Amino acid sequence: MSPNDLITILPLLVLAGGIVLIMLVLTVLRNHALTMVLAVLTLAIATATLPVSPSIQSRQITPLLVFDSYAMLYMIMVFGAAIVVCVLSYGYMSGRQNIKEEFYILILMAALGCGVIVAASHFVSFFLGLELLSVSLYVLVAYLRAQPIHIEAGIKYLIPAATSVAFLLMGAAFIYAYCGSMNFSEIVFSPAYASTARSPLLLVGIAMVVVGIGFKLALVPFHLWTPDVYEGAPAPVAGFIATASKGAIFALLLRYFTVVNIYDCRSLFVVFVILAIITMFFGNLLALLQNNVKRILAYSSIAHMGYLLTALLAGGKWAAVAVTLYLLTYFVTTLGAFGVITILSSKEKDFDMLDNYRGLVFQHPVLVAVFTGFLLSLAGIPLTAGFIGKFYIFSANVDASMWLLLAALVINSVIGLFYYLRIIVTLYKPTEEPQAALVSQFRPAPSFSFAGGLVLAMLMLFLLWIGVYPSPFIDLVRDMVSGLI
Amino acid sequence: MILVLLLIITLVGGLVAWAISRWNKNACRWLSLIFLFADLAALVILSVRYAGNVGERWFEFVKWSWIPQLGASFELGADGLSLLFLWLTVLLGIFAIISSSGEIQHRVGFFHFNLMLVLVGIIGVFTALDLFLFYFFWELMLVPMYFLISIWGHENRVYAAIKFFIFTQAGGLFMLASILALYFINGHASGIYTFDYEQLLNAPLTASAAIWVMLGFFVGFAVKLPVVPIHTWLPDAHTEAPTAGSVILAGLLLKTGAYGLLRFVLPLFAGAARDIAPAAMILAVVGIVYGAVLAFAQRDIKRLVAYTSISHLGFVLLGIFAGNMFALQGAVIIILAHGLSTGGLFILAGAIQERIHTRDMDKMGGLWATVPRMGGVAMFLALASLGLPGLGNFVGEFLVLLGAWQVSPALTVIASTGFIFSAIYSLWLIQKIFHGPAKQDMQIPDLGIREMAVMCLIMAGIILLGVYPQPMLDSAKPTLKAIQLKFVSAAEKTDVTQ
Repeated sequence: MSPNDLITILPLLVLAGGIVLIMLVLTVLRNHALTMVLAVLTLAIATATLPVSPSIQSRQITPLLVFDSYAMLYMIMVFGAAIVVCVLSYGYMSGRQNIKEEFYILILMAALGCGVIVAASHFVSFFLGLELLSVSLYVLVAYLRAQPIHIEAGIKYLIPAATSVAFLLMGAAFIYAYCGSMNFSEIVFSPAYASTARSPLLLVGIAMVVVGIGFKLALVPFHLWTPDVYEGAPAPVAGFIATASKGAIFALLLRYFTVVNIYDCRSLFVVFVILAIITMFFGNLLALLQNNVKRILAYSSIAHMGYLLTALLAGGKWAAVAVTLYLLTYFVTTLGAFGVITILSSKEKDFDMLDNYRGLVFQHPVLVAVFTGFLLSLAGIPLTAGFIGKFYIFSANVDASMWLLLAALVINSVIGLFYYLRIIVTLYKPTEEPQAALVSQFRPAPSFSFAGGLVLAMLMLFLLWIGVYPSPFIDLVRDMVSGLI
Repeated sequence: MILVLLLIITLVGGLVAWAISRWNKNACRWLSLIFLFADLAALVILSVRYAGNVGERWFEFVKWSWIPQLGASFELGADGLSLLFLWLTVLLGIFAIISSSGEIQHRVGFFHFNLMLVLVGIIGVFTALDLFLFYFFWELMLVPMYFLISIWGHENRVYAAIKFFIFTQAGGLFMLASILALYFINGHASGIYTFDYEQLLNAPLTASAAIWVMLGFFVGFAVKLPVVPIHTWLPDAHTEAPTAGSVILAGLLLKTGAYGLLRFVLPLFAGAARDIAPAAMILAVVGIVYGAVLAFAQRDIKRLVAYTSISHLGFVLLGIFAGNMFALQGAVIIILAHGLSTGGLFILAGAIQERIHTRDMDKMGGLWATVPRMGGVAMFLALASLGLPGLGNFVGEFLVLLGAWQVSPALTVIASTGFIFSAIYSLWLIQKIFHGPAKQDMQIPDLGIREMAVMCLIMAGIILLGVYPQPMLDSAKPTLKAIQLKFVSAAEKTDVTQ
């Protein structure tokens, strides 16, 4: 490892160093605000050390990691999401009886795991990143252990995730047995893999890896843990699982999907088409039946993964841009939606029952306006970022003439509208109590903090900016992913 | 530039009205009106400029770079046809605001913001010359309209609002898929990826591709128009919307569908449109008869008027797909006259509901004695709606039938029964509400100055369209002529290949 290599992976080193530093600080001084600021600073410095430039050369650092502009872009997104989650957690955690400081360390570790995954070029580094991420998330989900619902969610996350990792490892072993390598690029170009007559064991290996990744992305039929975990996890953590954790794995998937020409492997292609279609339909249809906003968002995130898969399958020059842009808008929107829930949550219970949202506009007009914006963006309505993302997904499908997937997309977008509108309607529905009484007893949201409000405002700004004038973002994404194509 | 100004004035008006409503509700109403009158002034300037610029395809045109990576630009243009639609938009916007001042009492600022935002979307739809921008405005109309219905509507408003949103959004997504298909077909062939309307006019489409792409557009516009099998959102939405919402829905939102057919479907896919013209005309006739029959069966005034809209817009569809000059001109006149007359009827229905708190005609009767001015206005609007010669609707429907006769006498004969049905339901409406014994002893105020002023303007407009429609016909003529020529040449091409 040359000094230059060390400089290149500086962001990950900064993050790791920051984690150790905060741990040391905690031995002398326990202060909630200070820990939060340190965590955010660590993430900010790590982001700042990313050399953001499309001209950057792709660098292979040890056989494990590859640093190119694509990995940089996703690291920015993941670290950004972690910053948002840290800041939102401050208002959420303060005033609680728990020990609060370790929460931020765990978020940093999860972010480090995501950072390793997006740069992974080897099964080993992928596994390392994945475990770092998963183990942190097990603890984060169950962090507020005073209430049984969080413990339950933690266990429900632990068991499927651990099982999926077992599948992933077994699959990796099979693939290694046939290709003689654990390096992704070498596998993809190895003669055993490229030959059309693939051995059954290799296919079993690939299938097991798909199962492992399917669990992480919550593709149907591997989605069963999602709603329970989203419901049981603290709202900011649910936001992190929905965005950074899924986004990082999707980034890895996209990187190697663009290399492999999936059309050559007909069976794999068909499997992914079926996965995409049932993921969209199950996610959206089950969301219709929910009465809990976090569960609705959980099912909606399942459906969104289905939309992303269609673009991935479309391939072509649009796919990489479409997927990345969609993930960017999805990050902004989903973090915003969970952010609103976070701010509204009381210390006893997360604010997630749909009935509680009734007439909320009379108590928190600004928050409701912002929440409406995020929901419309999830539905893909113009003026919001979600529309640009959906537009690119549609484009990728039309460009590749994937009419079946496009039809499924159209139908699902309409079903999706139904439950987003249901939340919006509830927000504006008058309550039985006289409105004057509600207005007079105005009080700030239970978990509001100034920093949290600022972050939500920023997310809203991004939402509108991408929605109205997406040019700079399209340029950025296009330049940064150009190395892939 | 004036077109951009038109959008900005309306948008800023909505924002200012929303902001000011914290302090004063009435100031908010007046401000919205002032901004719309500023729009009106801009329209006068536009009309003057149009008069001096006859012969140019777009007498007013702006094109700014927007998303160059996609080939989408901020491109607005107006010709004589758009100008007519813009006048209708601003006038109905003013009527809607004046007529809602009694009904809307809570969240007044947000109401006016939404109303102005719908108008922004509609103005954008009538002027956008870039398909991406067009779709953007198309969807922009939906969200505020959804709020107008779901927050300020009547009893069953949530159901109606969601149904409206989902129907139109589904249609819109089909249109989006078609826009993209057209974009990529043109891009693959020419290497230039663009959403520019003028360039897409020359997109090299094979006949089989054209029919599919055209159908996507057609579905999107047909939901709005509405064409009969996909009309079911309309009666609910119109009935449950507040008065201003109904006026905008019936007067303008439906017209965006007709405008889309005229501006996009016929010019872009003349051949494919020609192929489906018989089917579209049959649907149109079914709509005419079906809407009229169902209108007669209603007890709710607003529902009745909503079904008459389906019937009248059937004539518009018939005229557009008949495709000759008479029929196209007739369709445009119906659009204008129906916008005014139905707008008037909804304002009237709103006024009645405000006074006696019901829309059920069985609970009314003998109102003429108490509210003679209202009765007179209603009589006039009913006569306009049934197509009395001398009033606007007659000119339009007569021209459409004249044009359609040359294409299909059989369908024209069936369509003309619409005149009989419309006489039945219109007179039935008057009979039930204003004549007969009074059901209950009611002391209610007649139309006030505010309402009479609106009604007088509407009636004057309808009479003008009825006795001197020539300026409107002239204004739309160059555009319609171009559409008709394309349509005819497409027919000749298919004749040759056969």
